[in-house]
Amino acid sequence: MSAAGVSLEVASLAKSWGAVEVLRDVNFSIEPGGFLTLLGPSGCGKSTILRLVSGLDEVSGGQILIGGKDVARTPAAERNIGMVFQNYALFPHMTIAENISYGLKVRKVPKAEKEKAMARVAELMALGKLLDRKPAQLSGGQQQRVALARVLVSDRPLVLMDEPLSNLDAKLRVEIRSEIRSLNKKLGITVVYVTHDQSEALSMSDKVVLMNAGEVSQVGTPKELYDRPANTFAAGFIGTPPMNLLQAQDVQAPATLAPANGAGKSDVLFGVRPESLGLDAGDAGFSVNARVESLEYEGKVFLVHLITPSGTRFVVAHSGDGVPEEGSEVTANWPDAATHLFDKSDGASMDFAL
Amino acid sequence: MNMRLSYGMGFILLFVPCSLLVAFTHYPAFKALLNSFWNNGSSIRPSRFVGARNYEALLEDDKLMQVLSNSFIYAIGTVPLAIALAIGMALLVNSRLPATGLMRLSFFLPTMLPMVAVANIWLFFYAPGIGLASQILNAFGLPSINFLGSTDTSLVSMMVVAVWKEAGLFMIFYLAALQSIPTNLKDAARLEGAGSVRIFFDVVMPLLRPTTIFVAVNALINAFRLVDHIVVMTRGGPNNSSSLLLYYIYEVTFGFRDFAYGATLTVLMVVILGFMAAIQFWVLNRKAHYQ
Ligand SMILES: Nc1ncnc2c1ncn2[C@@H]1O[C@H](COP(=O)(O)OP(=O)(O)OP(=O)(O)O)[C@@H](O)[C@H]1O
Ligand SMILES: [Mg+2]
Repeated sequence: MSAAGVSLEVASLAKSWGAVEVLRDVNFSIEPGGFLTLLGPSGCGKSTILRLVSGLDEVSGGQILIGGKDVARTPAAERNIGMVFQNYALFPHMTIAENISYGLKVRKVPKAEKEKAMARVAELMALGKLLDRKPAQLSGGQQQRVALARVLVSDRPLVLMDEPLSNLDAKLRVEIRSEIRSLNKKLGITVVYVTHDQSEALSMSDKVVLMNAGEVSQVGTPKELYDRPANTFAAGFIGTPPMNLLQAQDVQAPATLAPANGAGKSDVLFGVRPESLGLDAGDAGFSVNARVESLEYEGKVFLVHLITPSGTRFVVAHSGDGVPEEGSEVTANWPDAATHLFDKSDGASMDFAL
Repeated sequence: MNMRLSYGMGFILLFVPCSLLVAFTHYPAFKALLNSFWNNGSSIRPSRFVGARNYEALLEDDKLMQVLSNSFIYAIGTVPLAIALAIGMALLVNSRLPATGLMRLSFFLPTMLPMVAVANIWLFFYAPGIGLASQILNAFGLPSINFLGSTDTSLVSMMVVAVWKEAGLFMIFYLAALQSIPTNLKDAARLEGAGSVRIFFDVVMPLLRPTTIFVAVNALINAFRLVDHIVVMTRGGPNNSSSLLLYYIYEVTFGFRDFAYGATLTVLMVVILGFMAAIQFWVLNRKAHYQ
């Protein structure tokens, strides 16, 4: 009943608005049926990429290949792409049924076929009772489902979603998130998903493209992004709370530590995740002396906010008992395996030997 | 401030605007209604009550029938034309074409001119033989037309002037409405395969509907209200071919000094306008909003 997905490849994509360069040298690809997320802070160019891929805006440079075919000369309507817009973009003057079937009407799909497709997505998205209403008479979550239904009804092999869950409450968001993911798996459509919520990106995607100010910061699986951040931006963006970055002078490292390329020990930043840090002086390889600034109760763990003598703030996710007092001096330590090294000058991740 | 003083202040503050309203709106309206049941008096013969005689005269007034039919054609012609033109101009200046600022200005300019000035400009356009309109006809090898002097063309010529003057103002309303339509609605339609014409009729026009109703109401009111250009250009002629109801009222009342019949015609006009307003509000309430 559904079109299988197509592959998407974006090669050295660039976009400028007049003199303003919004995207520079963006590269990524996703195989048929995959789920790729564009992740990044507001204004980094995520929506712009979707508009370029869908053909709503013209590229300034680079290539977009859909199913291996360059679509530079293909108008938006012929790219066979479905898009869920950031604010749903439902037609306010049409009923839900008219909204969903609008594309079928434009493409003059025969009535019987149209009704079959309608019935299918209405059932899939649980919209049966709402079909005669206008969008304004629906809740945010219902509107969201209509927007999804409108895209799914046309059996598009590639679907772009621009922060589709940003207007929903936390519970609904989790619900629809898994709904989208299971649709992607069940129907085999390729999904490009935009979000600035890193936990959403990590939990849904096969592949994440992390964007920073119009450039790709890192491409990889969620696990790769979490385990091996390629630079300090990725380290500081992924994880709740994100990875701590510590100055070399605050860290007591094993004497054998040797950064790659012969870089000095003071030319690096140390990265360590809050959950890898411990406050009970074990025999872990690295340690930092710091003062407890504040405590934050998170349910499962305490977030202990610390400050080093040089003034760097960092966080320990403390799960043992015996929470330190505010203002007390403690030593935080972590094992060798949890250590990340970054070049202090350009932020790139570095290898090291111990 | 004690209560009595504040009541006094309130009374004084209300008295001024209310007395103006009564003196210049309500009293004349009421007086016109009364006058329509009396005949026209003179210094020798005072006017006396004649019942519905003036209204019976309405039915036998051939000139009135022509004027009403003119007004009807005028309204039916100018309202849709002004709306269509306004939408067209708004689309044009809202597009990404160069020099839209200049276009906006030139489309809006006629609106800022007083109708009398507009009428004078068009007198030159329509001047037989030497006017712009005639010269254009001549350039295509067609004979020039006496636009204002012929019973066939005078009314249409008046309608063209009205549309030219009004469309610019309506364009502003449409421009504002166009700019408030979220672009992602048009993008969504485009991805579904709709071309620009299709998008215009499926998405843009329905969303412009409240504006269209508002503009239509105003255009219709203006069609009955604005007759300055007729005073300046044709005086209702030739042979009443360009006379409209309001101009006829003016002519009867101040030209023939038949105040009683003028009052009767005024009541007729109020009834017509009230009837149209009622219909429009009914439509407005039913259709204007979907949010
Ligand atoms: N039409 C335009 N003209 C000029 N600059 C634009 C235009 N559209 C977008 N930009 C700029 O491009 C940059 C990227 O915009 P984009 O909408 O892609 O961001 P985003 O990553 O989707 O952000 P958000 O998460 O807030 O939606 C922004 O700095 C924005 O100001
Ligand atoms: Mg965006």
